[in-house]
Amino acid sequence: MIRLVKSARVAAMVGVLALSGAALAGCGSSASGGSSTSSAGGGTYTWWDPYPQHDASSDWTKRVEACGVAAGVTIKRTAYDTTALTNQALLSAQEGTAPDIILLDNPAVSTLADTGMLNTTESLGLDTSGIDPNLLAAGVIDNKTYGIPIGANTLALYYNKTILDAAGVDPSTIKDWASLNDALAKVKAAGKKGISFAGIGTEEGSFQFLPWFWGAGAKLTKLDSPQATAALTLWTDWLSKGYAPNSVITNSQNTTWEEFLTGTFAFDENGTWQVNSAAKASFPTGVIQIPAENGGAAPAPTGGEFLTMPVQKDTARYTTTKKIVECMTTTAGQVKTATTFAYYIPPTAAGQAQLLSQDPSLKPWVDAVKAAKGRTSDNLGTKYPKISQAMWTAVQKALSGELSPTAALAQAQQAAVKATS
Amino acid sequence: MRATQTPPVGSPGTPGREAAITSPPGPGPRPAGRRIRSTQWAAVAFAAPLLVYLVAFYAFPLYRNIELSVHDYTIRAFVQGNAKFVGLSNYADIVSSQTFLPALRNTALFTLVSIAFQYAIGLGLAVFFRNNFRLSGVLRGMFLIPWLLPLIVSASTWSWMLNSDSGIVNSVLQAFGIGQINWLTSPGMALVSVIIANIWLGIPFNLVILYSGLQNISPDIDEAAALDGAGGWKRFWHITFPLLRPVSAITLLLGLIYTLKVVDVIWIMTTGGPGDVSTTLAVWSYREAFGTGQPAFSPASAVGNLLILIALVFGIVYLYLQRRQEES
Repeated sequence: MIRLVKSARVAAMVGVLALSGAALAGCGSSASGGSSTSSAGGGTYTWWDPYPQHDASSDWTKRVEACGVAAGVTIKRTAYDTTALTNQALLSAQEGTAPDIILLDNPAVSTLADTGMLNTTESLGLDTSGIDPNLLAAGVIDNKTYGIPIGANTLALYYNKTILDAAGVDPSTIKDWASLNDALAKVKAAGKKGISFAGIGTEEGSFQFLPWFWGAGAKLTKLDSPQATAALTLWTDWLSKGYAPNSVITNSQNTTWEEFLTGTFAFDENGTWQVNSAAKASFPTGVIQIPAENGGAAPAPTGGEFLTMPVQKDTARYTTTKKIVECMTTTAGQVKTATTFAYYIPPTAAGQAQLLSQDPSLKPWVDAVKAAKGRTSDNLGTKYPKISQAMWTAVQKALSGELSPTAALAQAQQAAVKATS
Repeated sequence: MRATQTPPVGSPGTPGREAAITSPPGPGPRPAGRRIRSTQWAAVAFAAPLLVYLVAFYAFPLYRNIELSVHDYTIRAFVQGNAKFVGLSNYADIVSSQTFLPALRNTALFTLVSIAFQYAIGLGLAVFFRNNFRLSGVLRGMFLIPWLLPLIVSASTWSWMLNSDSGIVNSVLQAFGIGQINWLTSPGMALVSVIIANIWLGIPFNLVILYSGLQNISPDIDEAAALDGAGGWKRFWHITFPLLRPVSAITLLLGLIYTLKVVDVIWIMTTGGPGDVSTTLAVWSYREAFGTGQPAFSPASAVGNLLILIALVFGIVYLYLQRRQEES
């Protein structure tokens, strides 16, 4: 009955009960988390992050542990993948066994803050004045700050220099949508594929659509504005004109990067985290910022994690927690984080300057991060995930030809209003 | 359930056996009550692990699922444990949602078409492998591969094969002069594609169960019919197929319940998209709970409960049919 194993797994997913109910039962019976058992001064502090790719012997773990040693305690690090981390955090907060520090994906900060499980940086006495406001914004709700970014990444357009040279396109001339479309037309005339991006029906799809959406001047509070329609029409036109492949509808950011690495695409919309991979590609690559409709750089959404400090029963622990957080967010620490991961731009001017002095080639990325915008900014907070779901559904419907961009966005606006009211 | 709570030994309903067990050899009537109670305790003790298991893994999750669906569990309420009781309004929201009717239709299509093909192909293969020929064991083993592969592997492989631009299926079609078919990305084809993949996944299950059912049919009957001059088709339709009916019924019922709740294949291949065109009730429930940045457990569990109800209806239909068959 091998299928039974599978069906049991499916059942666990379908019946939300199994995950919420049984998992709760499991958490309840085992005393988990060092936070509730050990006391302040010495002892073990718990740390969760979304980097399962870095194991116990990695540089990252060593860096985290070193900050514990500097604060006179031992840090026990546990890694989950990004989605699981949010769910685990919610469950632990419900059980009262939250870890001391969670390194959290930025759109999730407002979600967890809304539950009242996070301390504000003000209450812990942490200084956030040096952080770029656009990067800090994802952690700010109603003028309270719930975390500190350890670094930021964002989206830009990678290009394949070989293809652009052959098609006679100079990437520095791409300043707005019209010049980008001209470039795509030339690439297509030269017999190559134009651009790839990720239009998948998940948060990644919204993440990739936002630079164009914001670049047209649209706002997340009004998904059916003419500006929003212009952005979605830009994408659907790329498909109908053959500039972009049909598979973008199901592409994740990894898949679209794999497509780009085959060397058949002139452009790919992707993130800072591909810098190393681009350097190793079999063809010369370059990066330009995503253009806004009428020129200039479009605001791309920020990615990256925030250090958050969940509420503890034993408030004496906060003193040490603060020391650990400060150790992780010094300028030297931020540059170290940037180089450890190779895709993080420090969130402070001092950190950015120091990183650029080490590696000037990251200049386009530093600029992109400075122009970037948090998805939960504009005080959207916990409304963002609902709006985002409506938006990616509209993108999917329009790209697949089920509805026109106008009709799809009108439907999305209705759904978003209903979900957030 | 009732049977496990009151096992026959020591149960008050069987005085004869009690008397036999508890009648003491010594003279004079002794009150039997104490002895009965002790055996009853023993019975309860033996049943206890099972009861604890049933409560912990069946009753509690089910209760929790119902509880989630009649409260308004925002994430804040989830952590603080103070969700507002909202009665059936989650169900009302679900039923009035734009996604409901398409999801219901997709669930019906996905389940019925998948099962019909899985059963037909599985039965065909089972009959084929019944005639043991050289390498039939090896071939039969190879048909189990879809079953043995982790689902993430097989579903990813399907989505690569069906990729619009670089998939092998389209490149073969193009070699024969048929244009590009957007298997996973066009509103008309996405559901068809996930059904095809799911049929492939379900054939081994049907093959194995039906094959073992065929082994239980005595070859003598078949032989007798052959001697009476019945041809291959006739023997299949009038002998094999009717004799296989009980096995077929349980295969179809299990297949139905498995297929109703499939999430992983669809999620990996299309995430229920584009838009909602391949969203089934199960996928919808999963998406509400875990597919967005903000878990909405209450609507998700309401959809989950609807699925349980649907499965229950078919279970009852099965029991009814089985009873009628036993009576006749």
